[in-house]
Amino acid sequence: MSRITPRFAALKREDRGALIPFIEAWDPDAATSAALLRGLPAAGADLIEIGIPFTDPMADGPIVQAAGKRALRSGVNVRHVLAMVREFRREDDATPIVLMGYLNPILSYGVEGFCTDAAAAGVDGLIMVDLPTEEADMLVPQAAAHGIDIIRLVAPTTHDDRLPLVLQASSGFIYYVSIIGITGTRSTTAEHLAEAIPRIRRVSDLPIAVGFGVRSPAQAAEAVRVADAAVVGSALCSTIAANVGKPELVRSVLDQVRELAAGVRGARAHA
Amino acid sequence: MNQLFGSNSLRNGPDGRGRFGEFGGRFVAETLMPLILEVEQAYLAARADPSFRTELDAYLKNYVGRPSALWFAERLTRHLGGARIYFKRDELNHTGSHKANNCMGQILLAKRMGKTRIIAETGAGQHGVATATMCALFGLPCTVYMGATDVTRQAPNVFRMKLLGAEVKPVTSGASTLKDAMNEALRDWVANVEDTYYLIGTVAGPHPYPMMVRDFQSVIGEEAKAQLHEAEGRLPDAAVACIGGGSNAMGLFHPFLDDPPVRLIGVEAGGHGIETGEHAASLTGGRPGVLHGNRTYLLQDDDGQIIEAHSISAGLDYPGIGPEHSWLHDIGRVEYVSATDEESLAAFQLCTRTEGIIPALEPAHALAHVTKLAPTMGKDQIILMNLCGRGDKDIFTVAEHLGVKL
Repeated sequence: MSRITPRFAALKREDRGALIPFIEAWDPDAATSAALLRGLPAAGADLIEIGIPFTDPMADGPIVQAAGKRALRSGVNVRHVLAMVREFRREDDATPIVLMGYLNPILSYGVEGFCTDAAAAGVDGLIMVDLPTEEADMLVPQAAAHGIDIIRLVAPTTHDDRLPLVLQASSGFIYYVSIIGITGTRSTTAEHLAEAIPRIRRVSDLPIAVGFGVRSPAQAAEAVRVADAAVVGSALCSTIAANVGKPELVRSVLDQVRELAAGVRGARAHA
Repeated sequence: MNQLFGSNSLRNGPDGRGRFGEFGGRFVAETLMPLILEVEQAYLAARADPSFRTELDAYLKNYVGRPSALWFAERLTRHLGGARIYFKRDELNHTGSHKANNCMGQILLAKRMGKTRIIAETGAGQHGVATATMCALFGLPCTVYMGATDVTRQAPNVFRMKLLGAEVKPVTSGASTLKDAMNEALRDWVANVEDTYYLIGTVAGPHPYPMMVRDFQSVIGEEAKAQLHEAEGRLPDAAVACIGGGSNAMGLFHPFLDDPPVRLIGVEAGGHGIETGEHAASLTGGRPGVLHGNRTYLLQDDDGQIIEAHSISAGLDYPGIGPEHSWLHDIGRVEYVSATDEESLAAFQLCTRTEGIIPALEPAHALAHVTKLAPTMGKDQIILMNLCGRGDKDIFTVAEHLGVKL
């Protein structure tokens, strides 16, 4: 079993939601990115999502696209992403790490080799944006064999009839894409979540994370009032973009994570 | 070869998962998946409905101008001194290229599906113009994504699209060409799934697009087969077409797939030469991967990052190729070769002077290969080439390369 299920179980006992910050590996460079990753758990990250940069990220908005571009310019490849996780694991063996990305770099690396190396590095889960259930047999058996959770995306367009199919081979948690659109371009609403999350709960007992439309501590708090976790990506990538080359980059991003964590931790107390 | 030319037809693909062998499929985000399935259902229903075919045929005849002529290029044949060369003249279609065949089919489908907004990607602008034209005809709002580089080098087509009422959105990500325009169109679609139909211009993208676009373009090969039969009483010895995404080639080849004596030759854009790395020849210089919703041959680096293509022709400047071509390549039914920018420019001028036809730079690549092939063949043999677009849009690019100031 990966670290994901025990982590959500522990959070449930505490009756609080999880904060899942997203950063793109090697954005803006290897050392800064490693420092960010190292600092995230203490700043309040309950799980961490790391993006594998890709030249053609078709589900990402301009902010995450720019983050990926900075990362690719700094020379990152899949091997580097796994090395970054391995390095992190020397100090932290508890915080679950989920890699998010697109299929082609994984195929290029080799699916079997990737799953072997990712598991060895300490990766707990995979979110493959362009791998819908219909194509999942290209990766799911290999990932499962190495104890890596495959986290499925559910969208507002995923109708009830389709939900069981989408969720059949998922494990770890479910990622709810809370807007119709690409990352960081719209904000979700409490009303939408109040309708959407119970719809998924009727089909699955897995924890549900809300992403794509969550930017602020208040929005993150709203998300974990109905769901189990909030993913914040574009907002952090914006802060990185605004601080490239400045010494305060790491502190600024981690401060923002602390604020988001405070929002998430206070959410149910006020509910 | 038994497997190839046995009783099984090569025209039955794709399978239920949208695969041609191991190529094709539906690699899209979950947000789009329900819509992709809806497009497939709607298309299969339309294909089975005789009234859809009747309606499409009427528009193709009276609006697009089909059937397009089959022309015996006699002076070019004499000049090259070998096989008899026939042009399938899809450049005579309304809007100036084969793109109209597919756009007419898909816009009728979009209307059947009740979609009220059309988006498209374009490289050379031919598909964008054809889409904008059909949208004007049916009164639908149209947004065309076009790489900023292509907006500059295909200025006449940009103006045509605007005249037709389309909104042209320049895309500045990546190398600002066709690949990036397709990314941006997919992002638009993800955000506007309720009312928007994505009218893909080539035989790529997620299933059912490669199948659907091929079906709409197969009118090219079907007509040519019948016309050549009438003119010569037989099949061609070779059929040649240029390939970017590969829609005109697929349309020409598909009706001949089960005719083993017919050599089928696809000509990719060799750019500055395959050895320079600056080209758009996915099959010659790439390897299989996943991009834009399908598994196919791609130009990519060792880490699976997509490499920018290069071609003088904006319409061929794409690092991928339709999945059915990848399959036909792997099973050996179609030969894939390449022609460089320089060879294509020479062919462009040759065609203009010998036949009085200014071809688009895209089919000039096919012609460049014909100029190599024809002299190696007998005078009783026949080459059928798809002249899939006219070159009016390219005169500025050609002038620049010839050092002429307009």
